[in-house]
Amino acid sequence: MQSATGAAKAPRHRSVTGTRKTVAALFLLPALVLLGALVVYPIGYSVVRSFYDQSGDGFAGVDNYQALFTDDGIRTALKNNVIWVVFAPTVATALGLIFAVLTERVRWGTAFKLVVFMPMAISMLAAGIIFRLVYDQDPDKGVANAVWVGVHDTFAESSAFPKAHPGRKSPLVAENGGFVTGATVRAGDPVALPLVGVAPDQLPDGAKRAVAARAEPGKVTGTTWQDFTRGKGVGTLGAPDPDELGYAGMRIEAVEDGKVVASTKASADGTFTLPASADGARLRLPASNFTEPYNGLDWLGPSLVTPAIIGSYIWMWAGFAMVLIAAGLAGMPRELLEAARVDGANEWQVFRRVTVPLLAPVLAVVAVTLMINVLKVFDLVFIIAPGSSQDDANVLALELYRKGFAEDQPGVASAIAVFLLLLVIPVMWFNVRRLRREVRR
Amino acid sequence: MKAAAALLTGALALSLTACGGDDDKSGGDKSTGPKESGSALTLPELNGTTLEVAAVWTGPEQANFKKVLAEFEKRTGAKVTFVPAQDPIINFLGSKIAGGQPPDVAMLPQPGAIKQAVDKKWAKPLGAEALKELRKNYSQGWQDIGKVGGEQYGVYYKAANKSLVWYNATVFENAGASEPGTWDELLSTAQTVYDSGVTPFSIPGADGWPLTDWFENVYLSQAGPEKYDQLAKHEIKWTDPTVKEALTTLAEIWGKKDYVAGGADGALQTQFPNSVTQTFTGGDQPKAAMVYEGDFVQVNIAQTDAKIGTDAKVFPFPKVGDTAPVVSGGDAAVVLKDSEGAQALATFLASPDAAEIQAKLGGYLSPNKNVDVSVYPNDVQRTIAKALIAAGDDFRFDMSDQAPQAFGGTPGKGEWKDLQDFLKNPSDVAGIQKKLESDAAAAYGN
Repeated sequence: MQSATGAAKAPRHRSVTGTRKTVAALFLLPALVLLGALVVYPIGYSVVRSFYDQSGDGFAGVDNYQALFTDDGIRTALKNNVIWVVFAPTVATALGLIFAVLTERVRWGTAFKLVVFMPMAISMLAAGIIFRLVYDQDPDKGVANAVWVGVHDTFAESSAFPKAHPGRKSPLVAENGGFVTGATVRAGDPVALPLVGVAPDQLPDGAKRAVAARAEPGKVTGTTWQDFTRGKGVGTLGAPDPDELGYAGMRIEAVEDGKVVASTKASADGTFTLPASADGARLRLPASNFTEPYNGLDWLGPSLVTPAIIGSYIWMWAGFAMVLIAAGLAGMPRELLEAARVDGANEWQVFRRVTVPLLAPVLAVVAVTLMINVLKVFDLVFIIAPGSSQDDANVLALELYRKGFAEDQPGVASAIAVFLLLLVIPVMWFNVRRLRREVRR
Repeated sequence: MKAAAALLTGALALSLTACGGDDDKSGGDKSTGPKESGSALTLPELNGTTLEVAAVWTGPEQANFKKVLAEFEKRTGAKVTFVPAQDPIINFLGSKIAGGQPPDVAMLPQPGAIKQAVDKKWAKPLGAEALKELRKNYSQGWQDIGKVGGEQYGVYYKAANKSLVWYNATVFENAGASEPGTWDELLSTAQTVYDSGVTPFSIPGADGWPLTDWFENVYLSQAGPEKYDQLAKHEIKWTDPTVKEALTTLAEIWGKKDYVAGGADGALQTQFPNSVTQTFTGGDQPKAAMVYEGDFVQVNIAQTDAKIGTDAKVFPFPKVGDTAPVVSGGDAAVVLKDSEGAQALATFLASPDAAEIQAKLGGYLSPNKNVDVSVYPNDVQRTIAKALIAAGDDFRFDMSDQAPQAFGGTPGKGEWKDLQDFLKNPSDVAGIQKKLESDAAAAYGN
């Protein structure tokens, strides 16, 4: 009897397990100390530091926060962060959803998932280095440009003489990307059209030694050739030297009052013949002879660098989204899908009206997690963007690093850190609330 | 007070090295003898001492420097650890010092950084032994740039000759081009090379610092050393007509799309190592014929099949004005923890013994005038070294290295960024000058 009342009284002072508050506090202490020292104190100190000036001695008020919104670098960073937060999580989640739904239906789904998830096993740093190479400007190195140039060149071929240009005392002058003779030509009076700037091993395969054209009555003849001998320089200006090669296949047009009256192509030794109608016209080497080889896109240039880096981020994180969504999908009641199908819904309708709404909570969690992740993105931008476009690719976390460690502005850097924290809080709050609701359910 | 402290430490170092010297003789028998021949350098016995040296060097440069440290370990018995630092090293040191763990010695690449370290009371003056070694081996000019307020803090262990243009000999031969001596000759050489079908220049625009070096050479030669010093201290503005002239001159090369490998956009994505390798690979048809940068280009050439002196040759930066420029850079050893070991290491680094070890390995120049030039691995390096020593005190230190870090040494900021913008848009000289001036004003605080 005595013991029973004792037990009944106990809950007022003791918890169910019978531990005292002091014991509970004792057990909590290590965790609290660690959390305090490693999380709470740094946050608090950053907040305090953000109100002090560069040296940390003088109180600066809100100057650092003012810098946050007036500094050009930080403004670009802010703008880029918005782009990141809007696009990276949505695209990664959307791709993850598509992969998850589709892999459910193929036999080798697991293998496919494994491959898509693989990039997650690579560190951000390594991924950054990989993509730095992928986006390399040189099509021989960067796979992105290799593909792009390959596609482009199937539709538009590059020319044989991209860098050719008139040498000294040339009779040719530049016009609309091509070259035209300064004077008109006469039949029976051979013309010389010398250019320079094409190395012998870059000339078309059939090119032979250039010869001076012979005069033919009633016809305009001439030679077009590389007026530069390897190892010897120009030699005789305006006349073919023994080792100089003809511009085989160079297109030549005779132009009179802006109209093409005759045209031809140079033979292997650079000589060409135009009919009598070309008499009195000017000769033009049209721009099509000189189009530069297509060099691909400037992936890491100022305008494309942020989308390019977001692309690499998606490559890494789409797998993560896919795995989470696939897990959600596995837990979905099949009978609902079956019911929809029996009711005559097609696959798109099932996906749109049943699968996606049922998956909405999972999709939200994935998107929000990625959003938090994206807000602090640093390594990919730091590594992929070359120095010349780092400014254009800037994000808040990178600017924080640059201000704090490269420019020695710890005050401003702390202000950025606090600002980032403020940005993350609503998203965190949303996540915590979700979690609570889930638990209650 | 400071002087007294210096005197005290000096005396301390002296007495310590004095007794250390005796130990060295007895200990020297155990360690290998042959290395010690011909050197009068005495180092204290430092068994059990551990030292930390911080520097930003990576790759072969770091490996070679570690061999020098190994020799120091062998001679003294101390244990030396290399601490890899990152740019800007002064901020790296700041966090180390705030954490109470400064390295004993740091290699500072900028005179501005030495001044900062002294202002913040991090750097300790050199001891008597190190001073003696320094005065014996270095010209006045190289001593002076290691001084702050009349007190000697830095030992310039490593120098760079940044007034060199490297070229692909095959391309020059194919084009029949010759080494230019003036800016106009450089332009006509470039045209000849271009006529032969090769792009003349490779410019690493993705990195900002080679661009500042280009500018400095043109400016030093064109505007003269006096203006150069004034601009380095920001006593004249970047909107000065001399700057306009230099930028306009620079645009004669930077502004021609066909003169720069990949055009401006391509250049802005070319990093320094790549700018060198693309000049010396590709047989008759490399991406470019010439690349401008200091003697350290050799390290990158070594990664290609080109042989320095036959395939890869060099000429001094052509004179734009009356005299050819000699712009140099260098890394100074600065003592951060005043101890016997740290002072001994500074002494060792000031000696020809240390310099010769690294000189032998290549990619390194010593401003030490007592280094035997025959130890350099090839003729090219020997010529550069001789030229550097022969320039005596007529050289000028890299301007961007003298400027505050925020202006002259931060990727994507200040001068680096502004010159990248200039490379992109070389016609807007006035706009860039204005940008340079506003960035400089903010960084110099005037």
